Amino acid sequence: MHSAGENALIAYLGEETSPLVSAHVQAAELAVEGALGSDLVDLVPSYASLLIIYDPLRTDHLSVAHRVREAVANSVGTGASEGRTVVLPVYYHPEVGEDLPTLAERAGLSTDEVVALHSGGEYRVYAIGFAPGFAYLGQVDERIAAPRLATPRQKVPRGAVAIADRQTAVYPAVSPGGWNLIGRCPVRMFDPQAEPIMPVQVGDIVRFEAIGRQEYLSMGGEL
Amino acid sequence: MAVKILQPGLLSLLQDGGRYGQHRIGLTNGGPLDPGASQLCNRLLGNAADATVIEVSFGGLQLEVLDDTFICVTGARMPMQINGKDVARYEVHPVTGGDRVTLDFAESGCRAYLGVADGFEVAASFGSTATVVREHIGGLDGEKLSDGDILACPDVKQRRLFFINPESQPRYHDTVTVRVIPGYQQQHFSRLQQRRFFSHAYTVTDRCDRMGYRLEGPAIDCEIEGILSEGICQGAIQIPADGQPIVLLNDRQTIGGYPKIGAALSLDTAAMAQLTPGGRVHFTPITPHAAHNALHLAASMARRQTLLERPA
Repeated sequence: MHSAGENALIAYLGEETSPLVSAHVQAAELAVEGALGSDLVDLVPSYASLLIIYDPLRTDHLSVAHRVREAVANSVGTGASEGRTVVLPVYYHPEVGEDLPTLAERAGLSTDEVVALHSGGEYRVYAIGFAPGFAYLGQVDERIAAPRLATPRQKVPRGAVAIADRQTAVYPAVSPGGWNLIGRCPVRMFDPQAEPIMPVQVGDIVRFEAIGRQEYLSMGGEL
Repeated sequence: MAVKILQPGLLSLLQDGGRYGQHRIGLTNGGPLDPGASQLCNRLLGNAADATVIEVSFGGLQLEVLDDTFICVTGARMPMQINGKDVARYEVHPVTGGDRVTLDFAESGCRAYLGVADGFEVAASFGSTATVVREHIGGLDGEKLSDGDILACPDVKQRRLFFINPESQPRYHDTVTVRVIPGYQQQHFSRLQQRRFFSHAYTVTDRCDRMGYRLEGPAIDCEIEGILSEGICQGAIQIPADGQPIVLLNDRQTIGGYPKIGAALSLDTAAMAQLTPGGRVHFTPITPHAAHNALHLAASMARRQTLLERPA
């Protein structure tokens, strides 16, 4: 555990991206929430760490560190609740996934094989950040891992399904971005008017299901 | 009851105390860059500390009062006029329908706060009215203020006319000392690199905004290039590959993968956010104990600051 700032500590639960470490993060998140109660302001769970933000005028770092250490120690092995499985439909096509052909070519695969590998995987939601509703999903098959673009795009459309290294994501809103676009998902990843606001949360499992153009459009997808 | 924006100036944003408890869906905090100044504005007006105010960056705001209310401005020294007549900042002024209020460009400092009695009435999103333009959340439709915007205010007939003397008002300098609580990946910065970071001045570049202040000075080397993305707290000081520090502020991303040497004390990021490009920053390390004490002391001093009062 390290100091992060005047009102924050960061607990490290491991060193690599793995479902096991991520499950530890989730278990620690629950335990810390219970241990700090109303002294807690916010939590940021990520791949292998948990940032704990507290109210420094109500409590102090010594008390927080003590309670967090105890909560985290007791949470190890409690195994966080099984995440839900969420299926997201994706229209995979160069029409909406401009980098699909290049990615396939570099991987020495056909675009169909790339789609099969991407939609055949199960992905864990490791973290949410970068932008509202942006869920980092991992990990994609090594054969379709791809480095970020040398020059990020100014404008990636909402719903874009993309790969960077062994991570994949669905862009929740129009934003700049350097990930490789391979398709588009008609489901909104962040909708302040919806309940829940996001279809996924950290710890959930996501599967992608390939759909055709017609189906994509009928589900409200935009081209 | 309302005021109408005639000219928004360079960047005017509705802000309350900020949005908390929403990091898990990726929302950042927003809120005033200089919370001491916005809270003082609300205190002078007899408002709740986190009532919604306008944060005016650089200056150039003009508005028309549509109905009677009370108005007060704190923060950066932006000459203030009501109907063309100079009036004092850090003072509550009664205004009536048709009055024009202007804030000129800042003579010193960068962020001023304009409040009205009981605060602007704005629908909260995710528990806060704070505008974060990058997220399109808060304020009026998630955008900065523009001309023609109408801001509703509560109907208030009476207010005590509090003010504070010029000698008690904060002064803004071109150099700020920022206290830093070392932490995060501190151990990946050699002792030499840490000494370099804490012993040289850094200059504010023109890439300074509500997300963060990018500084320029002696490059700081980190033994590692990147880390697994992790949560970023307010004030965290990120050192990207070019070695130039970025002090992350209210509208920062909530997670990121650059190494961080520690985090700045909020009392000092408030002062830093009053700097414009060319301003100078010195970093000095403090312990978490000292940070804790400094925050308590500042809170207690803010509570006890004496307000003077003019007869109504």
